[in-house]
Amino acid sequence: MASDELFTVRFTVNGIVHDLQVPSRRLLSDCLRHDLRLTGTHVGCEHGVCGACTVLLDGVAVRSCLLLAVSADGARITTVEGLTRPDGTLSAVQQAFADCHGLQCGFCTPGFLTAITAALEENPEPTEEEAREIIGGNLCRCTGYQNIVKAVLRAAELRAEEPAADPAGSP
Amino acid sequence: MKPPPFGYSRPETIEEAIAVLAGHDPDGKVLAGGQSLVPLLNMRLATPGHLVDINRLTELSHVRVTGGQVVIGALARHAEVLADQDVARAQPLIGQALALVAHQVIRNRGTTVGSIVHADPSGEMTAVLALLGGTVLLVSTSGERPVPASEFFLGPLESDVRPDELATQVRIPVLPARSGTAFAEVSRRHGDYAVCGVAVLAELDGSAAVARARAAYLSVAGTPLVLDLSDADGDPAVAGRIARERVSPASDIHATAAYRKHLAGVLTERALADAIAAAKERSVG
Repeated sequence: MASDELFTVRFTVNGIVHDLQVPSRRLLSDCLRHDLRLTGTHVGCEHGVCGACTVLLDGVAVRSCLLLAVSADGARITTVEGLTRPDGTLSAVQQAFADCHGLQCGFCTPGFLTAITAALEENPEPTEEEAREIIGGNLCRCTGYQNIVKAVLRAAELRAEEPAADPAGSP
Repeated sequence: MKPPPFGYSRPETIEEAIAVLAGHDPDGKVLAGGQSLVPLLNMRLATPGHLVDINRLTELSHVRVTGGQVVIGALARHAEVLADQDVARAQPLIGQALALVAHQVIRNRGTTVGSIVHADPSGEMTAVLALLGGTVLLVSTSGERPVPASEFFLGPLESDVRPDELATQVRIPVLPARSGTAFAEVSRRHGDYAVCGVAVLAELDGSAAVARARAAYLSVAGTPLVLDLSDADGDPAVAGRIARERVSPASDIHATAAYRKHLAGVLTERALADAIAAAKERSVG
């Protein structure tokens, strides 16, 4: 069996460049949480079913538990910590979850926030059916989905009210 | 739930990738989207000695329609293939199937060629390739080897890809004239593997009667099962009966054999009716 050789990787997480040495088998989810101490990304099932570990890879929502950190070399990653605006205020999606009571224990929330943020970039005005499709790959075990669906629709409204939506979230 | 140790290479060219695979034969394994392979690694159901990460081979990101074929490169993500309007016009079954593959976030990373090579008998795209008679192009240091769908799927999770070969693309024939397609499946949860599913292709003759029809089934056998439904003469009820008689699924924790057989009949009726309607609409339009 191969030994744990270390690989040098460089990627940008929430605007900050990181140079790391990681074994090939390090999952991106573990790299974010253990190596970078960004524990906002949650790890639920570790086989791609629950969606809690969803992050944005070059703006596209992906499961960080199904990605090797070494494969992410050169990428621009956004975690839930990076969704907040630079002035510390909540993004439209985060604010909508607060407004609509879209969370209880909060374990699944980082994955919902990142997946919805990416989906609204592609489809800024989802119908309720589309909102359900957007969150179809994320599991929540306590709130249930009604308020999360409402939060998706509310987030779309909040985004529409923002002056010239900027994906980087500048005020 | 952490992968075992493995060697890792990230080649920049196809030539480099196949050289690495040849050097590690038979312990090499190609990593593309990883949406099936990484769960297998995390659960330690797969323990390859060396992973060859092809995510830098951007020359394999292509999706194009050329020479009567939809050509999908090994690095084209499901989401990219699904969003391609030329593909949707040339062969609508591809989009009909891809919309049922897992969820958006999985489709963002998973590759269409990878899911075909993975040869999961519950995979939607394996059924599409089998139904339409597509081809998988395999490349190694010994040269190119195109393999037709009828010979590609050997068993559950087993395709005719040798350890030193890289599947670089699949080719799927475009929709013939006066034809229509449909895809129908039942799964326990949204985006989950289908308990039973069927892809149908119906072809009309000059008088808008059904000349030929065939179907490919998922989750009822170890490999995609293709049935000729032409004897039904376009009657969905008769086609459903043929399907129930011809499939012999197994029972497992997800469904009994009898339930799968029932679903095969019902889904055949629905999909054939939809495919005929699509063919008629297309012939008129």
